[in-house]
Parts: sequence; structure tokens; C-alpha cells
Amino acid sequence: MSQIEEVSIDQFKHLVSERALTGETMLLNMGPQHPSTHGVLRLLLELDGETIVNAVPDIGFLHTGIEKNMEAKTFLKAEVMTDRLDYMNTTGNNLAYCLAVEKLVDLDVPERAQSIRVILTELQRIASHLVWIGTFGLDLAAMSMFLYAFREREQILDILELCSGQRMMTTFIRPGGLWRDVPVEFEKAVRDFIKSFPKRIDEYEALLTKNPLFLDRLLGIGKLDAKTALSHGVTGPTLRASGVNWDLRKARPYMGYEQYDFNVPVATEGDTYARYLVRVQELRESLKIVEQALNKLPMGPVRSDNRKFVPPPRSEIGVSMEALIHHFKLWTEGFPAPKASIYSAVESPRGELGVYLEGDGGPKPHRVHMRTPSFDNLSVINKITQGHLVADLVAILASIDIVLGDIDR
Amino acid sequence: MDKKLEKIVQDLQGRFGSSIEEFRGEVHVFVKPEQIVDALTFLRDKHEFELLSAQTASDYWPQMAPRFHVIYQLTSLAKNLSVQLRVPVNGDQPKVPTATRVYDVANWRERELMDMFGIEFEGHPDPRRILLPPDMEGHPLRKDFPLGYEEPQFTFNFEEIDLRKPYAKE
Repeated sequence: MSQIEEVSIDQFKHLVSERALTGETMLLNMGPQHPSTHGVLRLLLELDGETIVNAVPDIGFLHTGIEKNMEAKTFLKAEVMTDRLDYMNTTGNNLAYCLAVEKLVDLDVPERAQSIRVILTELQRIASHLVWIGTFGLDLAAMSMFLYAFREREQILDILELCSGQRMMTTFIRPGGLWRDVPVEFEKAVRDFIKSFPKRIDEYEALLTKNPLFLDRLLGIGKLDAKTALSHGVTGPTLRASGVNWDLRKARPYMGYEQYDFNVPVATEGDTYARYLVRVQELRESLKIVEQALNKLPMGPVRSDNRKFVPPPRSEIGVSMEALIHHFKLWTEGFPAPKASIYSAVESPRGELGVYLEGDGGPKPHRVHMRTPSFDNLSVINKITQGHLVADLVAILASIDIVLGDIDR
Repeated sequence: MDKKLEKIVQDLQGRFGSSIEEFRGEVHVFVKPEQIVDALTFLRDKHEFELLSAQTASDYWPQMAPRFHVIYQLTSLAKNLSVQLRVPVNGDQPKVPTATRVYDVANWRERELMDMFGIEFEGHPDPRRILLPPDMEGHPLRKDFPLGYEEPQFTFNFEEIDLRKPYAKE
């Protein structure tokens, strides 16, 4: 049995201002079970009246030891853990991990698989932004926004289910390609979504973008300048709302992103409203990418035929002795990776999702580190909430779009 | 290696006398622990590496000297370049000077490394555990920390194993 100790202020002296020690300001606990912390985030607030003097995040309530667990699994089997990181961006996490494995063992991916990967991750980005826009509205008392956004998100989850049989934890993208080809209904489902979705974005914008109540809550709140953002490792839409044009899809194209025509929305104000605008525009840009990728979706295989790394298709196992051996070897022993390390990063809906992957010559990774964007984005929270009201803290927290699974790993 | 990156790496080597490694186009520069703060400041101020993309570590136990590598993945937005600094640290009393004065993000990243690897960062402003509870013993990402598992119980040894199971009993 673990003992319950009483915590004294001495342990937190260096985190709060001197006024807290004399009792001039109040210390208040927020979370971990608080609906507007988007999961299990705990904040230690130091308040002067209703003004925030310090907001100290306390994280780790959702820590699952994913990095340690991955070291005990083969490269193929470790992939299922990545879905559980950032549960709003599951295919994106799979893609980041698969790209890292492919870079480590030097594996090529067929063109069709690349295009399908792009379609799925961009759809997932839209789904993630929809959850964000819904909960953002909910936090600011625009309840109907939540219902509308989740209605459209359901369409995307249906498409993912159509492909993989799973709505969220898909593990559809595999090292060397995809689990299997998409079904014939896939194209129609995506086209239906592309057709109906632009009108929906217009509806959201009609509800929120120029809504005076909404503007009152957001304009000038939680200002983040570019220098602080970079020093705190902030990436993704939060960084782009502070005027830094940095998107890994443009800067270091992977999976053929260079062939698609899309813009990177940037805003310069760096406040909560700018972050809102950037994300809403990203919805439209992602939809553009999905449409282009679908229009020139090439035919062909969806996984690499390098049998030393990629399991053979099911149909071959019954007729080919070699295929059966490969299947057996890959799923029991796994493939060896060189004794070296690589770092590869993709643009997730929240920012730079990097994977540091190190092999030791055997079939299991020596070390996997997931550089998750929410972790760094949250670290700036104390700086941008100081001087604002408690009610604004809710808006700021929602605007940097944290996912606790992504932070705690 | 990229031409622009080659210049920067040569510049680093000239100043800190470090060795380099290259794999799949990525450059790893080895730096001594006492040089790391200077190296990071140098890269940030002279060569516009304004983003510390990732800071992590790797454990090479049972090898003790060096046992850990502390890894700094740096990105330059202006030049679109990446470089990785690696700091080898010995296993007995691993210590590295803190990088919090160069990059603010190092604060949380170093707390995570203290938490998971037990590497001490000298001069860190807030040396507490970050992800694990404060009363936790050990550092889970070290290679000599066993991954937990559950003993399978059968009818003939159910009670025997139940007695030493770590979960809370009524």
C-alpha cells in the first residue's frame, strides 16, 4: 500500500510567486477531472482575484509506458502502440512510425499506397480538427458546434471503418505500404464527403467566425509571439498562427506531398482567434489535398514486394512454400534492422510528430522515442495565460489543441 | 551530405573537435557533456537552429562507459536543415549541464529524461519527475529496468500466486 503524504507548499515554492507564500494570492487546483482540460490534465493555478498569476501544468495521468513497451515488441507488432498515442490522429501516427521504419531499413513504398496514405491521413487531419472545433465551441458555450462537428467526423470514421474494419485504432498503414487495398466503395464514400463538406465548413464559419460573443472571448487572448513559440518547441497550427510559415508537408515533403497544390494558412496575430482561423482554413486545404490525391490515384500494388520486410498477401500463402516461410518468419521472429538510428518527422494535426528509432541489429527496436507535438505545445501554457482570467484559460487551452494521450505517452 | 550542412558541421568540428557519424543522410555530431551548452548556443545564434525538435536519450547498458547518449535533434527553419548532437555520458552518476537557458523546451524534455533515465541535468530550475508519480522508484526506460508482466494463474497454483500479486486486495 502506498502512503498518502500531505504536500507542503515548500515543494512548489519555485513554481509560484512570492505572494503565494504570504497568502496574498490563492492556489487553486484545476483538474485532472475537469471537462475543459480535454482529458486528464491537472493545473495548479495561482490566482490574484480572478486573474491568473501562474498556471503550472501537472501531466502524466495517462502515462502508459508506450516507449518501453515498444522495445519489447518486433518492429511490425510495435506499430499498434502508435495508434494509442494521439487517439485523434491514429493514421497519422501510423504513418510517422512506418516512415521511420522504412527509413531505417531502406524500404520503398508503391505509388498507390503513398496516395492512399495521403488521403487517409488528410481525412484524419480533418477529423482531428473537427473534434477540436467542436470541443472549442463547447468550451466557449457554443454547444451546437459540437454536435455538427461530430456529425461530419462520423462520416470520416465510417470511411476508416470501410478500409480497415476499425473506426479509430486502424493500424491500416503498415511498414512497406498498407495492410490491404481499399475496397471499391472507398472512392464513392470519399467523393460524397468531398462534395458535402465545403458547405459544412461554411456553416461552421457562419456560426463562429464573425459571431460577436465568440470574438469577445478570443481576440487578443493568449498572445504567443514567434520567438517564444520556437524556443518552447511549439509547432503546427499554433506556430503558424504566430506568423511562422513552417509546415513539414511543404518544407520536407514526404509521401509525394510535393505533387499536390495546397496553401499553408498563416496568421500573424498569435492570439486564440488566429489559431482558430488557421485551423479552419486547414480544413479546406486538407480537403483540396484529398480531392487531388483521389483524382490521380494510380493503380497497382499497395505494398512493397520486398518479402524480407513485408509479409506476403494472404492469397500467396496457400500456393507458395516461400511465401509461407516468409509469413511465418516475419510474424514470429520479425525482420532485423541495422544497428543505427534515424529521426523522421511528419506534420500531424498538432505539429511535428517525430520518431526517433534505433535498431540494434535484431528484430526489436533498441529505442523508440516519439516526439509528440502536444507535449511541447503545452509547455508554453504558463507564459501565455499569465494576466488573463480563469475563463480565458479554458479558451487558451482549447486553442492549442492538446491531446493528453499525445502528451503522456 | 548537404553542402550547407557540411559547412556548419565543419564549423562545429573546428570549434569543439567533435567526431561525426552519418546514416541515411542524417548527421550525428558527438559533443562532450561540458561543451553541449556552448555547442547549442553556437548553433542557435550563428546558424539559426532555432528549434530543438527533440531531446531524448538512449541506454547502452551493460556497456558503462559511455552508457547513455543524450540526443539533441535541432532544426533550422530558415535553412531547412537538421543536425543531431549526441552527448555520451557514463553510467555512474550520469550528469549533463542543462540546456534550459538556450531552449525553453529543454525544461520539460530534461525533466522527462531525469524521470525515465535518471540522468541528472546540472542547474535545472525545476528538477521534479514529470510523467511518473513522485514516489516512484527507479527509471523505467533504462535497459536494466524490467518490463512488468503478470504471472499466469492456473487452478493448481491460483492461491499461491495470488498471495504475491501486487494488486490491492480487499
